Amino acid sequence: MTTTSIFLCLALLGFGFYLLGRWRAMNASVISGKLHSLPSFHGAYVAMCMFVPVLVVIIAWLLYSGNSVDQQLLNAAPIEIQEAGQLDQTKYLYSIITPAVQGLEVSDSALAAQVTNFQELTKRNKLIRFILILLAAVLGGLWGLLKIKPDFRARNQFESGVKYLLMACSLIAILTTIGIVLSVLFESIRFFNKVPLHEFLFGTQWSPQIAIRADQVGSSGAFGVIPLVTGTLLIATLAMLVAAPIGLMAAIYLSEYASSRVRSVAKPMLEILAGIPTVVYGFFAALTVAPFLRNWGDSVGLTISSESALAAGVVMGVMIIPYVSSLSDDAINAVPNSLREGAYGLGSTKSETIKQVIFPAALPGIVSALLLAVSRAIGETMIVVMAAGLAANLTANPFESVTTITVQIVTLLVGDQEFDSPKTLAAFALGLSLFIVTLCLNIIALRVVRKYRERYD
Amino acid sequence: MQDKIEYGKTVGDVFVENPRMSVRGANVYYADKQAIHDVDLDIAKNQVIAMIGPSGCGKSTFLRCLNRMNDTIDICRVSGEFKLDQDNIYSKEIDVVPLRARVGIVFQKPNPFPKSIYDNVAYGPRIHGLAKNKVELDEIVENSLQKAGLFDEVKDRLHESGTGLSGGQQQRLCIARTIAVGPEVILMDEPCSALDPIATAKIENLIDELRENFTIVIVTHSMQQAARVSQRTAYFHMGHLIEVNDTEKVFTNPEHKLTEDYITGRFG
Ligand SMILES: Nc1ncnc2c1ncn2[C@@H]1O[C@H](COP(=O)(O)OP(=O)(O)O)[C@@H](O)[C@H]1O
Ligand SMILES: [Mg+2]
Repeated sequence: MTTTSIFLCLALLGFGFYLLGRWRAMNASVISGKLHSLPSFHGAYVAMCMFVPVLVVIIAWLLYSGNSVDQQLLNAAPIEIQEAGQLDQTKYLYSIITPAVQGLEVSDSALAAQVTNFQELTKRNKLIRFILILLAAVLGGLWGLLKIKPDFRARNQFESGVKYLLMACSLIAILTTIGIVLSVLFESIRFFNKVPLHEFLFGTQWSPQIAIRADQVGSSGAFGVIPLVTGTLLIATLAMLVAAPIGLMAAIYLSEYASSRVRSVAKPMLEILAGIPTVVYGFFAALTVAPFLRNWGDSVGLTISSESALAAGVVMGVMIIPYVSSLSDDAINAVPNSLREGAYGLGSTKSETIKQVIFPAALPGIVSALLLAVSRAIGETMIVVMAAGLAANLTANPFESVTTITVQIVTLLVGDQEFDSPKTLAAFALGLSLFIVTLCLNIIALRVVRKYRERYD
Repeated sequence: MQDKIEYGKTVGDVFVENPRMSVRGANVYYADKQAIHDVDLDIAKNQVIAMIGPSGCGKSTFLRCLNRMNDTIDICRVSGEFKLDQDNIYSKEIDVVPLRARVGIVFQKPNPFPKSIYDNVAYGPRIHGLAKNKVELDEIVENSLQKAGLFDEVKDRLHESGTGLSGGQQQRLCIARTIAVGPEVILMDEPCSALDPIATAKIENLIDELRENFTIVIVTHSMQQAARVSQRTAYFHMGHLIEVNDTEKVFTNPEHKLTEDYITGRFG
């Protein structure tokens, strides 16, 4: 039984129970008078009674089944594996049996037996799973059918069921976030056990070269985050220098000057910019902008390295223009028209109205747009990887190559790594710092927006 | 199908001697829909003229023609002759910026800028360069607030936000803001409809005092208000100007059947 066919079965069954419930409710009303809820609510209630136990069974199964198969496989495994540690057992399961099952390599007959064993086990497991789910569905549905009576409050029951469903969804979203944050936090703490916090925060040298073998040269790493922070800030500043003025003026043009026809074309076009994958911007930066800047630098006597913060910053600025313009446009449009009319009625010109009335009134919204754009710029990776390089230079010169926090996270985790070396754990510490910075920016942005809402309600 | 009503010529005294503003043959369209049909009207100096009529009859539209506020609406087209003193305000030579300084407008909903009380009033004088220095500007602000009857209430908090005032105070602030530019005519579009009775009474008294220095055109949906504050009253119906007469005559002895129906509450 494949997963798809199970879901198909469940859907049909659910619909069937819905119809049954409705039919039973209508019958009940014919026999003994008025129903408390509409028949369709009774139907929905019965379907709900079916799906709840199914959900419980599925979750329980997910938690249990994997372990049970693993356990049974291990029981049938060669004796030396059975007596090995947990790590070796895991390796055995995932790097020997799983590839073998997928037909990659079957080297000896003992393994072939294991593979058949595994296939048998999974087949049986799937059958059991299907039967259990079906049983839960039918029992649940029948129980729901039994509860139908004219005065049964099916509507209220169903509505509160819907409420719990929605609650569960938002809970999942929240719990996932918390889970991610916590795991990053714990790994960071492990990192700070190996590398002291002050060295991380105040060190000016970043070269996370940890030897793979103990006798390798250069086996000590330096984990000073300062060059990464300055690199990040440098690129983000350059990006904002491009995006803030252009985005803002585009927003002002769109919302105050453009005719509705121009607006209806230009606004979506600007927003398409936001849909271009950043990797495309990345090679645009690396292959077009960076060489252009270098040649230009040569011709005026400036040394611009071929991987420069400037190229990455400028292209990133272009990338975030639509964020700035679209959010600022919303902020400007939210300024009540009565203020515009008030200003025009006093004899203001268009630019006076914008400068002195609309802009100050929209300022909180614009500030929050800019802050969101900044956090976007700080979190961007692809463009920097491709255009600004990997060299952790501590510099404020936009013509040199720099690197950023996100880029270093990527390079730390690419390739084969020991999972508990400081080098790998450093990625979590970097991730945590990045998270804290963008979190602060977002909180400030939200605060500003909230204040702004109060003003016009 | 109902027959098209023949509205004919406006009854009463459309013309006055030596008017501040005069309108001849005004037609206004929103896209293809005609909102004002061939209206003639003189607006006398230092008088309050009230415009009444059922909602949607074009009072606001007509009012907004008088300082070209309708220019800000893309689909709105205005034709006819609108004169302020001797200048045709829709002619090419007239710049709308100084025109709106000469004909100020106060809106239905108080709309102070989210700035301090002082800056709200100083806004107009600043953009028109009316004050040479801070002292003069202070003077203009104080004078305007005095005339709008707001000065005593706000003199200790001129630098607090104008949006923090009560509705009635905000509307008087908007009036002060308009006065500060030194207009000849003040247009008011239902200035009291968002206010409570006490604030309304204050504004009505204010309008009566302002008549000395300004010409006032007020749109109102309250007939009592029209009767209290105006000297002349114009009754609009479906975009037509039906009757213009002295306020007393309109409310005691209307000439036109439609006016009478509206006054006595049989319409609208
Ligand atoms: N911005 C606009 N766009 C299109 N039609 C409008 C607009 N403003 C007013 N109108 C129309 O013009 C007519 C007169 O409106 P208005 O002058 O606001 O009436 P009043 O102020 O007397 O209630 C109404 O039928 C209204 O629907
Ligand atoms: Mg109106």
